[in-house]
Amino acid sequence: MAGAESGWSEKKVFDTEAASFLVKELRERFGSGRTRSHEWRVSQVKALLKAVVENEDKIVQALRFDLARPPLETLVYEIGMFKNSCEVILKELKHWMTPEKVKTSIATFPSSAEIVPEPLGVVLVISAWNYPILLSLDPVVGAIAAGNAVVLKPSEIAPASSSLLAELIGKYMDNSFIKVVEGAVDETTALLQQKWDKIFYTGNGKVGRIVMTAAAKNLTPVVLELGGKSPVVVDSNINLKVTARRIISGKWGLNNGQACISPDYVITTRDFAPKLVDVLKTELENCYGKNPLESEDLSRIVNSNHFARLSKLLNDDKVSGKIVYGGEKDEKNLRIAPTVLLDVPQDSLIMGEEIFGPLLPIVTVDKVEESIEVINSGTKPLAAYIFTNNKKFKEQFIKNVSAGGLLVNDTVLHLVVHTLPFGGVGESGMGAYHGKFSFDAFTHKKAVLYRSFAGDASLRYPPYTDTKLRLMKALIGGRIYDIIRALFRWS
Amino acid sequence: MAMMPALERDLNNMSEYYESGKTKDASWRESQLKGLRSFIMEKQDHIMNALMQDLGKHQLEAFRDEIGTLIKTLNLALKSLKDWMSGKKAKLPQIALLTSAEIVPEPLGLVLIISSWNFPFGLSLEPLIGAVAAGNVAVLKPSELSPACSSLLASGIATYLDNNAIKVVQGGPEETQQLLQQRWDKIFFTGSARVGRIVMSAAVKHLTPVTLELGGKCPAVVDSLSSSWDIGTTVKRIIVGKFGTCAGQACISIDYVLVEKGYCSKLVELMKVWIKKMYGDNPQRSKTIARIVNKHHFSRLKSLLDDKMVKQSVVYGGSMDEENLFIEPTILVNPPLEAAIMSEEIFGPLLPIITVEKIEESIKFINCRPKPLAIYAFTKNQTLQRRMISETSSGSVTFNDAILQYAADSLPFGGVGESGFGMYHGKFSFDTFSHQKAVVRRSFLTDFWYRYPPWTLNKLQLLEVSYNYDYLGLLLVLLGLKRPSKRLISDHI
Repeated sequence: MAGAESGWSEKKVFDTEAASFLVKELRERFGSGRTRSHEWRVSQVKALLKAVVENEDKIVQALRFDLARPPLETLVYEIGMFKNSCEVILKELKHWMTPEKVKTSIATFPSSAEIVPEPLGVVLVISAWNYPILLSLDPVVGAIAAGNAVVLKPSEIAPASSSLLAELIGKYMDNSFIKVVEGAVDETTALLQQKWDKIFYTGNGKVGRIVMTAAAKNLTPVVLELGGKSPVVVDSNINLKVTARRIISGKWGLNNGQACISPDYVITTRDFAPKLVDVLKTELENCYGKNPLESEDLSRIVNSNHFARLSKLLNDDKVSGKIVYGGEKDEKNLRIAPTVLLDVPQDSLIMGEEIFGPLLPIVTVDKVEESIEVINSGTKPLAAYIFTNNKKFKEQFIKNVSAGGLLVNDTVLHLVVHTLPFGGVGESGMGAYHGKFSFDAFTHKKAVLYRSFAGDASLRYPPYTDTKLRLMKALIGGRIYDIIRALFRWS
Repeated sequence: MAMMPALERDLNNMSEYYESGKTKDASWRESQLKGLRSFIMEKQDHIMNALMQDLGKHQLEAFRDEIGTLIKTLNLALKSLKDWMSGKKAKLPQIALLTSAEIVPEPLGLVLIISSWNFPFGLSLEPLIGAVAAGNVAVLKPSELSPACSSLLASGIATYLDNNAIKVVQGGPEETQQLLQQRWDKIFFTGSARVGRIVMSAAVKHLTPVTLELGGKCPAVVDSLSSSWDIGTTVKRIIVGKFGTCAGQACISIDYVLVEKGYCSKLVELMKVWIKKMYGDNPQRSKTIARIVNKHHFSRLKSLLDDKMVKQSVVYGGSMDEENLFIEPTILVNPPLEAAIMSEEIFGPLLPIITVEKIEESIKFINCRPKPLAIYAFTKNQTLQRRMISETSSGSVTFNDAILQYAADSLPFGGVGESGFGMYHGKFSFDTFSHQKAVVRRSFLTDFWYRYPPWTLNKLQLLEVSYNYDYLGLLLVLLGLKRPSKRLISDHI
């Protein structure tokens, strides 16, 4: 459904005044109530789904331009996952929108109560560059499902995707309520100065703090989907080949390691490490061949800033001699080959920040149980993975490791289960989404209590007497015996 | 400041205690909840005395609004703890090849609870119950404006609870500032929007999630009820909802009333009658209305009536006793809307009544103002009820009563917009202090080649054709989460 406006183009300057006008306009329109109907929401979700399905090629091309992403990855992770989100919404939305009747207790007797979900109003979604389509549209479709008006600010670091998003949303969506603002720091700052009813941010902790600071001025609730160092613990008594392949798939198969839930580093025992390294080498060669820099199945590094950052991690003195596989770089084409490092020290640069790239350090411990301590000595990651057949260790891990999500014997896939909340804890973020959690993230759960005029107990009202106090105590305690005693005393 | 090193040391110790895992045990949590219950039940008289001392609150109010509700919450928490702590299995729709998926609640760690002076026990302990039930260690910072209560909380918690895990830090803004500079896993704040902003800004440093329970101007819309029983009950409930709940100093107090022009005088007359019946000719002497908490708030309330036009709109009450910090129930009709009394949260026993032509106009009136914590509507008109729910936004809506929603465990208690975000009460308290951790388990057995590169054009084409652009199916097969069709397997093995 094309609108007359197609959002702000790059020719106009999007400053604070423009941002303020935009929000004011959206708020007025939201006030009309149009976004509340199930009909409108469904029409928009269908439109967005159509936009993606009809432009699959353009999306694949945009990601090729922005990240040299293999088409299959885009197909699976951006398009496939997003379509799944839409299908879930279309199937469940009516149910989600229905007020939930809740039981009431003697404290409010007689009464009935329900929880009514209502949209928050005008929301801002700021997305990231690594999965620019998915991380923009997944929150946006959740906001729409919840009945809000939305402004999307895609990442300028993935310019082809950003531009495609503006085009598709401009062409297919109801532009009275859904807008895209392209740009960089200036535009984001202008947007953040406005008063939103919710801000949904995907990115890093540094900018996450900037977003939350701006939100605090207006008491705006936020969802921050950040990152961290997602560890993979590898025990010894496991199917090593499958383990290695799943690690490879989760690491290099996801934007060449540039994903918030990519396995960041591995922890395994000193004894087992060499075996793991051998199998990783074999499987990596099976997947990417002898010249991985030329493999069509690996994304490139997004830009020269990140390339320089990753190079620095490899050039660190503390890891010299630790590279056991890979390490090749092609600066001109922004490519880095899958690289494995063995036995890196905890105080190396590569262990001090989220890698977000194709480098996999292996940290060794004496006993595999020590891995829990290693993980807990750092900040809470977005995901934590463990490969083991030892039931006791598995349960200990689940109980003691705090992360956004945990996956046993695989990597990354918990992302696909839409009945699970996807979000971080501590430094990896706050709030969650996917499936109904997306709807909830952009919803206010309004409590509604219905009382009648009948059934009034004078004990609520002054003048207060001892008897009234006694009866009230009995009622709240809920014990029949006390109630009867008090009642009898009263009459 | 001398406090800082000692505070940091205490917090370090608490974190270490938390890391030991003790507070995660169900038995520990249960012992703490039981300890709180013993505290409240055994020290009931002390609690009532402290509330009388700090706020002049009557025993019945103390019991009804704080002691009683806390006992109810503790009983619920003790009964439900096991259920709340258990993981919830997540439905796995099409994905047949995962062993299991569940959501496991876990504590956040070290949490800070900052409470307010008007319901010093309730607003401190309701969140603390949630924090402890969820397995956290907690620091409670009660308000210095209710010092007797604050002090009793400190000694009570020290006596009845595990001091390694739960501490009370008393003090004023300075101590609060120092606390806010520390690293917390969650901050739960009840108070004003002004301080709420300060709290949230401080939380940014460590990306600490916050719950802000703020306030607002909670309106009561009164329809032109025909039954005298109905209007009588309405008036009684409004009076208790305003004057009978900490003298209007509550975040969910009725702030002002909206009524149709033609019905106003009837409402006012009835209110006068019932105020007299409940509080007598001299409300101060009845000792059933709380007093104003301190001189600062007394002066603030007094100055609301300084405006000449506001003063002229007073139709009942208005007398103030500065020495005893007492203001009698006061009713105003149509004070100017630009006056402070109609632009700020009153938080006191002054009740403006605003008239509208038709009662439906109340909706627009309310929507022009910041979203309040509660909206009250006294009406039997179901259309109006439906419109109030769907056309206004507030933390909660209560029909035909006031304040009572606070006692409903199954309803989330929290604000929206200016009135805050986050919620608690009942299981919502447990959830607000928990991280819902997603846990998925797989076996090694099932794995398919589709997931792994090299992705040749053939593979791609084959899959696309086979799945007929069923992207979900394709996705699942590629991730090894669904068996591909038999034909595909046979073609490639």
